[in-house]
Amino acid sequence: MPLQQSSHVVSAPFIKPQQTISAVMRQVIYAMVPGMAVAFYFFGWGVISNLIIACASALAWESLALFLRKRPIKNYLADGSAVVTAILLGLALPPMAPWWLLLVGTFFAIVVAKQLYGGLGYNALNPAMAGYAVLLISFPREMSAWVAPVTLPMADIGFIQTLHWVFLHQLPGAITFDALTSATPLDYMRTEIGRGVSFNEVRLSATVGVIAGKGIEWINLAILLGGIWLWYKKLITWHIPAMVLTSIAVLSGAFYLYAPERFADPVFHCFSGATMLCAFFIATDPVTASTTPMGKIIYGLGVGCLIYIIRTWGGYPDAVAFAVLLMNFTAPLLDQYTVPRIYGAGQRKG
Amino acid sequence: MVQKLWKLQGGLKLPGFKTLSNSAGIKALPIPPQLIIPLKQHIGEPAKPIVSVGERVYKGQVIAESNGYISAPVHAPSSGVIAAIDAYPIAHASHIKETSIVIHTDGKDDWHPSVQAVPKPLSLSAEDIRQRIRDAGVVGLGGAVFPSAVKLKPTREIETLIINGVECEPYITCDDVLMRCHADAVIRGILLLGKIIKPHKIVVAIEDNKPEAFQSVINAISKFKEAGITAVATIDVTQVPTKFPAGGEKQLIKVLTGKEVPSGSLPYELGVVCLNVGTTAAIHDALYHGQPLVSRIVTVTGEGVSRPGNYRVLLGTPIDTVLDYADVANRTEAEVIMGGPMMGIALADQAAPIIKAANCLLIKKTEQVRQPVASMPCIRCGQCASVCPMKLLPQQLYWHASSKAFDKLATYHLDDCIDCGCCQVVCPAKIPLVQYFRFAKSELKARERERKKADLSRLRNETRQLRLEKIKREQEERKARRKAARKKTTSRDNETEQAMQSSLKEVSSEGKAVESQMSTKPSPGETSNQQKTMVR
Repeated sequence: MPLQQSSHVVSAPFIKPQQTISAVMRQVIYAMVPGMAVAFYFFGWGVISNLIIACASALAWESLALFLRKRPIKNYLADGSAVVTAILLGLALPPMAPWWLLLVGTFFAIVVAKQLYGGLGYNALNPAMAGYAVLLISFPREMSAWVAPVTLPMADIGFIQTLHWVFLHQLPGAITFDALTSATPLDYMRTEIGRGVSFNEVRLSATVGVIAGKGIEWINLAILLGGIWLWYKKLITWHIPAMVLTSIAVLSGAFYLYAPERFADPVFHCFSGATMLCAFFIATDPVTASTTPMGKIIYGLGVGCLIYIIRTWGGYPDAVAFAVLLMNFTAPLLDQYTVPRIYGAGQRKG
Repeated sequence: MVQKLWKLQGGLKLPGFKTLSNSAGIKALPIPPQLIIPLKQHIGEPAKPIVSVGERVYKGQVIAESNGYISAPVHAPSSGVIAAIDAYPIAHASHIKETSIVIHTDGKDDWHPSVQAVPKPLSLSAEDIRQRIRDAGVVGLGGAVFPSAVKLKPTREIETLIINGVECEPYITCDDVLMRCHADAVIRGILLLGKIIKPHKIVVAIEDNKPEAFQSVINAISKFKEAGITAVATIDVTQVPTKFPAGGEKQLIKVLTGKEVPSGSLPYELGVVCLNVGTTAAIHDALYHGQPLVSRIVTVTGEGVSRPGNYRVLLGTPIDTVLDYADVANRTEAEVIMGGPMMGIALADQAAPIIKAANCLLIKKTEQVRQPVASMPCIRCGQCASVCPMKLLPQQLYWHASSKAFDKLATYHLDDCIDCGCCQVVCPAKIPLVQYFRFAKSELKARERERKKADLSRLRNETRQLRLEKIKREQEERKARRKAARKKTTSRDNETEQAMQSSLKEVSSEGKAVESQMSTKPSPGETSNQQKTMVR
């Protein structure tokens, strides 16, 4: 239990703390607004239904767990960390995901990965990614059913129809869900290159936009902007995002130069899938990442390399969840071995 | 000459609140009817009283003498009669009492006849000046109260003498007004210091939020130059960026010289001596006027003070007398912080006296100070590490301090923490980090003491066991020999006796060797530990 200052003996400093956890989390949420907005633009109401159900169920699970653990529910709900987890998960799951998928995902994220380990600040694994990984392994069909960004505006599925699908598994008229979905750009790229199609041809296909996956490239760009704002506000440091992006760019660049027809180019990798979300919002989760400057650099490099390796040679199209979870395990070790040089250490006398 | 500046790692930009108190000059406080003078107002050994109750003392008379190398004498701040020598509450966060001398003042404020101005202080020898500084009881007035004379006897050549006028804590302005009003005293003090330690260069560092003080010091120097005193040419007045804790000794040395004081060593080992401007002015008073340290400038400030400002207060003046004079509104709900808001002490007892360390009395409302903190769990955001001026990892220290992993705390350099409080101010989880670290530090110290004690008694016990065993063995041998001797003829008796005696000698000499080892062994460790605490 945290140590409390007694009212009789108090010690300095007598200046109010400049930040609170809820303010930090609130700002993280603000920074994700552009990404959410662009995702809504391209993927429609399915994004909103994801976010609403994820937030509601995450808060419900958090309250339940806090109640069972006999912790002050109001204090901990107000910290906003559950909402951040829910938003990350909501954005990472395919839009229009069925309600139970989100419920199961947030259960694993909030109850298993976070609260069972001691709640805020004590979880070893990134809750959103732990939830995502469980879903990816358990429900591969639902997890790969991404609606194509172009079809929805044409099909004009409104909010109510979306909710109908999400809760009742019904779509209006003759539309079938399969007609709405398509392989994600990363998935498409993998299977096509696996079939021997060159990356140049992949790039010309309908799933690829200007620089990377259609629609997804703009979401990544919006998230990048939000992330830069977060860095500008000093809520994250440059180390992890820069290292994640650098390692992905360098690795993919090297292989792209080696065999441009078999490997995707760096820009494609950086602006596809959840790369930006990972670099600025997932890998930078302070609780589960390394905290020393050098540790953050190694951590970021590790995440980036793992993302590229799993995307290129692994069994899953996007690799953010596994890369982040694997590096989460290394964080305590990194912290221990990357203690920075303190003031006056190793100084020659005279 | 433009001084090159290095970057201060970490630290915080804090609102200064300096204008509350820095424009009204220095007002003298009237002599209070009673002065309470604690014997320990400095780092090191408390002074030893040399007066008795009922004795009449004069202002500036030594009432307690220095008690060891790292110690300082205490003088009567005004004339009067010694009323008591007893334990009185001191300025502390909890109700702690220390031996103090109480003087009932007579209001005459008569100086002791020995207080005489030195005609030409600069013509004195370095050793003489140093001795006078020591006799005047001058200690670091920036708040560290380390006896200044000790700092001024460096064993190596000094490159830089730093005069610290940074005053980085919010609210405090006593150095600011001192430089504005008495810049010439500061300069004369600097010249004296230059005479003692002969530095290659002298830097006066002033934070750039005090342009008036900066200008005042510059003007004073040019006045000295016009008067034909060329020695001032070596003095370089430099503005340093306003950032807390730029005025910390280690931080200021880094900013001005780029050098870092190694953990556990003193600045002079780098060829640097650092003194506060207030101390420099006190050195001036000690030589030019012959006056020992009997008063100091105290900033009284805060939102609830009707007459905030800087007061020249006699040491030993009860704090509530000062508050009365500064007209603090709503006294029952006022909390007094001695020092600044970042590193000050919330006083348990407002009747405690002003001491040499009291640079500021900051008045806050009770609810601002004594408010239970609802802290959240640490989310390891690392904000604390990014502002730590010592480049420590407070998040790791906190983790290990709360789980009482004391060996880990040592590997994360807890003893290098300077208690500046930056980490706590930026902590979004509102964790009282400084409190954790202070607790852990005192715990570490206690454990170290315990360990030494245990080592000593273990050694003592082991040697005792050895000794007993040996005696027993010898006795048995003797018995056996005696038995054998009885059977032999009497002609061989002499030999046995000799053998016995030599073995006895052996036993006693070995016992002595062990004992002497025991008495010498722990002492080097102890002294190094003492030095370390003195640095703080």
